[in-house]
Amino acid sequence: MGEIENPANTVSRTAIKQVLWLSVVATVGFVLLMGLLSWASDLTGGGPRTLSGIDANTGTVTLVLAQEPPQLDSTRATDQVSGMILGHVMEGLLRYDEHQRLEAAVAERWDLRETGATFWLREDALWSDGQPVTAHDFVFAWQTALDPATASEYAFILYPLKNAEAINTGQSPRNQLGARAISDRVLEVELERPTSHFSKLVAFPTYFPLREDFYRSRDGRYGSDAVDLLYNGPFQMVRWVHGAHVRLEKNPYYWDAERIRINVLDMPYITSDTTAAVNLFKQGAIATTGLDAEALDNALKLRWNIKRYQDGSVFYLDFNFRPERITSNYSLRKALELINDPSELVYKVIKIPGYQPGVSLFPAWLNGVNGLFRQEYPPPTTRPNVEEARRYLALAKQELGVDAIPPLVLLTGDSPFSNKHAEYYQNLVMQTLGLEVKIDKQIFKQRLAKMTSGDFDLVAAGWGPDFDDPLTFADLYASWNQNNRGLYKNPELDRLVRVAQNSIDPKTRMDAFGEIQNILYEDVVLLHNYERGIVYVQDPRLRGVIRRAVGTDPDYTNAFIIDTP
Amino acid sequence: MSTAPLSFDPADFEPVAVERKTQTMSRPSLSYWQDAWRRLKANRRALISLYIVVALALFTLGGPLVWTVDPATQDLDQVSQPPGLPPTAVIVTPYQPWAGVTATLPAQNAGVAKEATAAIRLAEPATTQAVRIAWDPVVSAAGYRVYRNVYSPEPDRALGLPLAEVFNPEQVSFEDRLDLRPGRYWYSIVLLDASGGEATQYTTLQVEVARVTSAEEAVVFGWVDDAATLQPGDALELPYHPLGTDYLGRDMLARLMYGARVSLLIGIVAPLLFVVAGIAYGSAAGFIGGRLDQGMMRFADFVVALPFLLFMILFKIAFGIGPGESGIMPMLVALVILGWPATARLVRGQILQIREEGYIAASQLLGAKTSYLIMRHMIPNTMGVILVTLTFAVPSVIFTEAFLSFIGMGVAPPIPSWGSMCNEGIRTMLSHPHELIFPALFISVTVLAFNLLGDGMRDALDVRMRGRE
Amino acid sequence: MLRYTIRRLVQGVITVWFIATTTFVAMHMVPGDPLTSERATTVEIRRNLEERYGLDRPIFEQYVIYVGNMARGDFGISFTQQNRRVNDIIREHFPISATLGILAITFAAFGGILWGALTALYRNQLPDVAIMFLVILAISVPSFVLAALGQITLVNINAGLGVTVLPVAGWGTVQHMIVPSLVLGLGTMAFLTRLMRSSMLEIMNADFIRTARAKGLPPTRIFLKHQLRNAALPVVTVLGPAIAAITTGGFVVELVFAIPGLGRYFVQAVQQLDYTVIMGTTVFYGAFLVVMVIIVDLVYGLVDARVRMA
Repeated sequence: MGEIENPANTVSRTAIKQVLWLSVVATVGFVLLMGLLSWASDLTGGGPRTLSGIDANTGTVTLVLAQEPPQLDSTRATDQVSGMILGHVMEGLLRYDEHQRLEAAVAERWDLRETGATFWLREDALWSDGQPVTAHDFVFAWQTALDPATASEYAFILYPLKNAEAINTGQSPRNQLGARAISDRVLEVELERPTSHFSKLVAFPTYFPLREDFYRSRDGRYGSDAVDLLYNGPFQMVRWVHGAHVRLEKNPYYWDAERIRINVLDMPYITSDTTAAVNLFKQGAIATTGLDAEALDNALKLRWNIKRYQDGSVFYLDFNFRPERITSNYSLRKALELINDPSELVYKVIKIPGYQPGVSLFPAWLNGVNGLFRQEYPPPTTRPNVEEARRYLALAKQELGVDAIPPLVLLTGDSPFSNKHAEYYQNLVMQTLGLEVKIDKQIFKQRLAKMTSGDFDLVAAGWGPDFDDPLTFADLYASWNQNNRGLYKNPELDRLVRVAQNSIDPKTRMDAFGEIQNILYEDVVLLHNYERGIVYVQDPRLRGVIRRAVGTDPDYTNAFIIDTP
Repeated sequence: MSTAPLSFDPADFEPVAVERKTQTMSRPSLSYWQDAWRRLKANRRALISLYIVVALALFTLGGPLVWTVDPATQDLDQVSQPPGLPPTAVIVTPYQPWAGVTATLPAQNAGVAKEATAAIRLAEPATTQAVRIAWDPVVSAAGYRVYRNVYSPEPDRALGLPLAEVFNPEQVSFEDRLDLRPGRYWYSIVLLDASGGEATQYTTLQVEVARVTSAEEAVVFGWVDDAATLQPGDALELPYHPLGTDYLGRDMLARLMYGARVSLLIGIVAPLLFVVAGIAYGSAAGFIGGRLDQGMMRFADFVVALPFLLFMILFKIAFGIGPGESGIMPMLVALVILGWPATARLVRGQILQIREEGYIAASQLLGAKTSYLIMRHMIPNTMGVILVTLTFAVPSVIFTEAFLSFIGMGVAPPIPSWGSMCNEGIRTMLSHPHELIFPALFISVTVLAFNLLGDGMRDALDVRMRGRE
Repeated sequence: MLRYTIRRLVQGVITVWFIATTTFVAMHMVPGDPLTSERATTVEIRRNLEERYGLDRPIFEQYVIYVGNMARGDFGISFTQQNRRVNDIIREHFPISATLGILAITFAAFGGILWGALTALYRNQLPDVAIMFLVILAISVPSFVLAALGQITLVNINAGLGVTVLPVAGWGTVQHMIVPSLVLGLGTMAFLTRLMRSSMLEIMNADFIRTARAKGLPPTRIFLKHQLRNAALPVVTVLGPAIAAITTGGFVVELVFAIPGLGRYFVQAVQQLDYTVIMGTTVFYGAFLVVMVIIVDLVYGLVDARVRMA
């Protein structure tokens, strides 16, 4: 290094100049490359048209989608995003208004009886190609959904119809379904058994109509692209670039088009990252976004108008009731229940306003006979009590004949939220009862596989409502329900579920649900965690957006834009 | 000049004796490795890196002996606390559910406008246990909505977080327990009409929340031994967390110390293993060349193209790791398998260049064996590339381990590691940056140490600088 | 050289076949399957689904059918994105990832060579220390943080200047590409910087450089024709597979910047155990990687004349 220093310096200095020259060349090259890429990208389709969330002039609302809808065949859709889009581009016999009451949609009047119903369709309900919506479209849709070849996961929601279950299990041909088109305008429905909540089911996407000739013309690809769909709802899909862009525009053929005051729902961003969505909202590029706990502080600082609503779902910890599992012991479950403090979980760990501490499998928003279900049938609760819990633990050890309880396995998912949740419980159980809890983190499919095979002691679970009736929660622990992964078996609960399914007297049904609520408490069937609420922000110029626990959520069909907030 | 004749005598013509003058060695002869070692010791950068490594070792091994806090204990009253002085809490009676305040509505008063607001007051002193507010009923209201903000709602009606709606007009109280922190809150009440719409007017109450705890809690957490020593009104100093706490109230310093074990172990052992494997593989392939080279490199491509996540799931099952247990071995295996192809390729590239050098041919002519050639001539000349790979491998391995633990393949909770602490800190990056900054800092320091060591080693092993100072 | 290339391509096909087979076997050994969902389905529906997707046949038969289809270029239909062909998924999303990846690599290559050369030439002085500091910082932070920080910085810049300088997320115009590709290429850029520096330092004191100087060659020419070229070999070695990896694996950046690329399909496919997408993306990545490695090996010969490949 010594003697070469001087000449090397000169070499280095000139070399530096050369390097800098090179960077100038490189920058020019970049600009040219950019131009080339810009031209190339225009060939693959442009990006978001407007860079603002609300455009009052064109009546455009820009949104972000959490994920790509897998397909938009209403007979097969299962996820929330598909449900939201379907709720805007299609319409069923009935729909929910802003007060969560059923109102006329495609059906202009209807008659509900004990064992059946009749719907009179309106004359001006049209498909997006101008053809009228007929009763036959509904019959065809329901038959297709129940057809075993379609393999629809939501076929069960059509089971109240006569012969529906038989068709779905392959025992009956599909034309035996208890739904007939008396004429183009009249739909006659026969029910398998008296079902009091049938009218609420009719608003569900699986009940939406399907035009037979169009469906068949798509050759099995119905629902895969914007051209493979026919619309009878307030909006129609004009653009669907998979994974990138969904764009809905007002459907001129919709019978109630004057009610719709938004012209375009543009969704040019598809990402599940909440922070990215919040950044887009900050930028003014989208009109609304959900907030997670970390974004709340920032939202307060930016003085945003924060809103919340209950999204309707309930979360809890399920036990494994298989006889070889230690959680089948009642005293152990009771001990765990006595240390469970959902308010600590919600207020100190989760910290999102809108999350309510769980007290019952039936969430607070459910309706009972005349008012709220939980007000008419208050759930029994226990206050956390560590000493009593320890007594039950000692009792459990005695009953099981062991000196120490082996470690409990808590099966959970791989998201940061479920991780936090599981670590909280792990520490809680260790601190109060001195029991070890092993957290079994599994990715989605492996977690499902373990749940089905019963490879867990506790599992973090939740349930979102399918329809607006306590039955959607009540039958979760019926012994025939596939979702009863812990294999809880109680003949009395099974009987009560059957009573609720078969009776149409509201008082009888609600009494049965109240009894079920008591059984779940007395037998410590689950550990309550919370009822989920969503906190979100919305552009103040956007009004009339409906958020729901059951039904299309969010619903922009009544929304409108004002000029100044 | 004198012209005196030169006088010679026969003695002058005697032959000169042969002088054996040997070169005296000023210092002992050094081999290549000895020279490198000598230069490494003197290199200033390597010295700094050595100090850093020693400091990290002390932190990891000796730290828990000095700072004996359990990294898994959750202090839910001090969640996401930034570094600072220990807070003091006042002792109060334990939490009891509150019945709230109900009021009978005053008789219908036609003069009460829709915009009437309800005066709010505190029903009890505000503490971190609960803030209980009550307000005067308003006849025209179908319900009330309670908001809370950490900033004043004036002047633009930024009411803050909507905490609850009360739809019973006779229920005129609310208890707030959501994430209460000592400080100032502004509670606002807005009237609701029958359809749930809000009135434009609102009333605000500014509230100072005091930090409290109960004697029973102090016992459960182990802050005192006997609840009787604490009376309501006493001040208790809460446990000190010098570097703050994480999102579940666990001490950051303790987690960093325990996390160091996993991260440093994996972060040092795994790169060493796969770099050594890569060197062996790449040099063999590069030097031997021909069919063997092709076959070996295709195998390396094959390994890289396989979907990593899928095989990790299989590994976990194959190694028989039970649910909720830490799978260090399968993780090490997976990291090594993931890492060696890149190193092998790099080394092979260098070898391809070097084997054409003159001194290789010369060495071969002198009878050197292949292994000697590789070890003595080729590898030292690829040291630059190898050391760079090693330096970059360390953080890469740490983050891959974090990802694996996150999806359940690595260390099981509650065992921390720096990488997973970084991952968790990302979520609170904006509001509580300390949760991300500290683990990232420690990772940076480790990387820096390896970087400097790499630099020093490269200088030491550079053949062209041999013999110079 | 043509014969060499053809030989390598044949080897590549064999390699890809091995990759496909191993992945297929591994996929079916993992517990779970693409048809289970949160809401349990009845036995009949399950059976129908299996029949429709051909999962009820023995594994070996499924394999043979699959390989046959693959040879014809048909990767089947996705399980999760129903009715969508895997070929379409790759065809629609790969160009986006490729654009992002190429841009990222360009940034990384130019930046890496530039910074690396600077640090080597200004050894132990301010540019060296500053750049090394930044490099260490860049690699000590997980990629998610870099992406999130990049986005937040953009938001703040846009807010501060009152005008949207660059869009915060999304895809479609050139402005959408700049920040995501910068973030994506940062890690590789750091690596290349270090590599360049190390190679340059070795070369700077080499004999042939001294000879060139002694001969009186202009220093700029020495730098470009000799120093850079000899130091470029490890850079080329890294760039080949890096292009393949970045182009198909920019999952984090695609998520944060809402870019409809192929990266998310790689990850989601394994999470959802979507057999056809896993196979399709893995085979595609394998083929891409093999081609890149072949190109790298061919470029070796161009960069350094002494390297003989045959």
